[in-house]
Amino acid sequence: MNKGMVIGCGVAGFFLLLFAIAIFWGIGAYNNLVNLNETVIGSWSQVENLYQRRADLIPNLVNTVKGYADFEKQVLTDVTEARARVSQMTVTPEVLNDPQAFQRFEQSQSQLTGALSRLLVTVENYPELKANEGFLQLQSQLEGTENRITVGRRQFNQTVQEYNTTIKRFPTTFIAGLFGYYQKEYFKAAPGSDVVPKVEF
Amino acid sequence: MRYLFFIFLISAAALAQPHFPTLTKWATDLSGTLTAPQINTLNVRLSTFEDSTSTQLLMLMIYTLDDIPIEDYAYETATKNKIGSKEFDNGALFLIAKNDKKLRIEVGYGLEGALPDALASSIIRNVVVPHFKNDDYYAGISAGIDAMILAVKGEYTADPASGDDDEGGSIISTIMFIIFIIIMVLVRGGGRRLGGSIYYGGGLGGRSWGGSSSSGGSFGGFSGGGGSFGGGGSSGSW
Repeated sequence: MNKGMVIGCGVAGFFLLLFAIAIFWGIGAYNNLVNLNETVIGSWSQVENLYQRRADLIPNLVNTVKGYADFEKQVLTDVTEARARVSQMTVTPEVLNDPQAFQRFEQSQSQLTGALSRLLVTVENYPELKANEGFLQLQSQLEGTENRITVGRRQFNQTVQEYNTTIKRFPTTFIAGLFGYYQKEYFKAAPGSDVVPKVEF
Repeated sequence: MRYLFFIFLISAAALAQPHFPTLTKWATDLSGTLTAPQINTLNVRLSTFEDSTSTQLLMLMIYTLDDIPIEDYAYETATKNKIGSKEFDNGALFLIAKNDKKLRIEVGYGLEGALPDALASSIIRNVVVPHFKNDDYYAGISAGIDAMILAVKGEYTADPASGDDDEGGSIISTIMFIIFIIIMVLVRGGGRRLGGSIYYGGGLGGRSWGGSSSSGGSFGGFSGGGGSFGGGGSSGSW
């Protein structure tokens, strides 16, 4: 009887210990997920700021270019329309958990990227415009923003990769499932984004 | 698909990594264009500037980009060398690729206000490129560096006291740590001494190395302070 109780207590203590270890491990894993999630959201809002900054530059750019009488109207219309579509979207960090919304966001941004690069290629045909210091400054700001967007997207992808790897790894994947941490989308290289757009006259 | 793309990205980065140079001086010429006295003059100017302002401006001239976009080359080199301080991100890299006839000013987060893209672009177009078109590289680089210094001076000042503060903090935390370890050893008694002393040795070593890393810059060579970059700056060609 006495001996049985000792064994029983030992076994119960052992399981209690295991349970405590599991709890502590779970807290650590959960906190780690929270951190990673916040990092992803942080780098996402950075990307969002950069896209916003780009959208803010466009009215000035369009106005400067418009002054050149025979400038292709269609190119300018495309940029203005693409910008309007981008501005209509309301973007919240919720987008990160919704692959379709994420893709819509990316698609409209890449349309704007395309329209803008067509505009800049067209400008090559206007020597006076290319000699205009005001335009050159706008162009450098736009190029700088595009480059920041590239860097921002790369950094975002890195944080998402770390997050996605963590939530899929055994045994953290149980904790992730339990608290609703799902896989997040990456930015993809837009098809054709590495090709210089051609302008036809 | 997505993972394939990622694997490709990662392996491309791994392959490309050796291309990005490690900078040990403020001015580096890997293309063999500038003379030793010219490089020395630039080095003195840039290291003096860092001493008085804590802002790290670096110049790197290379022969070829090996088909890497100059934006990537500049970003990777600046990030790898951690130009600028960790606290302010006040670093910038002036990169010239001689054979590609391209140049870029890469600006760290903390200098984007003082040296915005439009100004960087204007320095490249109006100050540097005219000299480069005449094959006068030194004059172009020197004038470009002067213009960058003019733009960013006054943004940050070197604060000699901050180093002492750091040191004080790390000494106090080291002492606290030692006291903590002693208490642990006393509480646990003699039985677990082996485990305790291993802990003690490792912890103390790690601490004392951590404290002294900040002051490397001023002793003849450049060392990065942990600054980060977000793709700011401007590129040009001649």
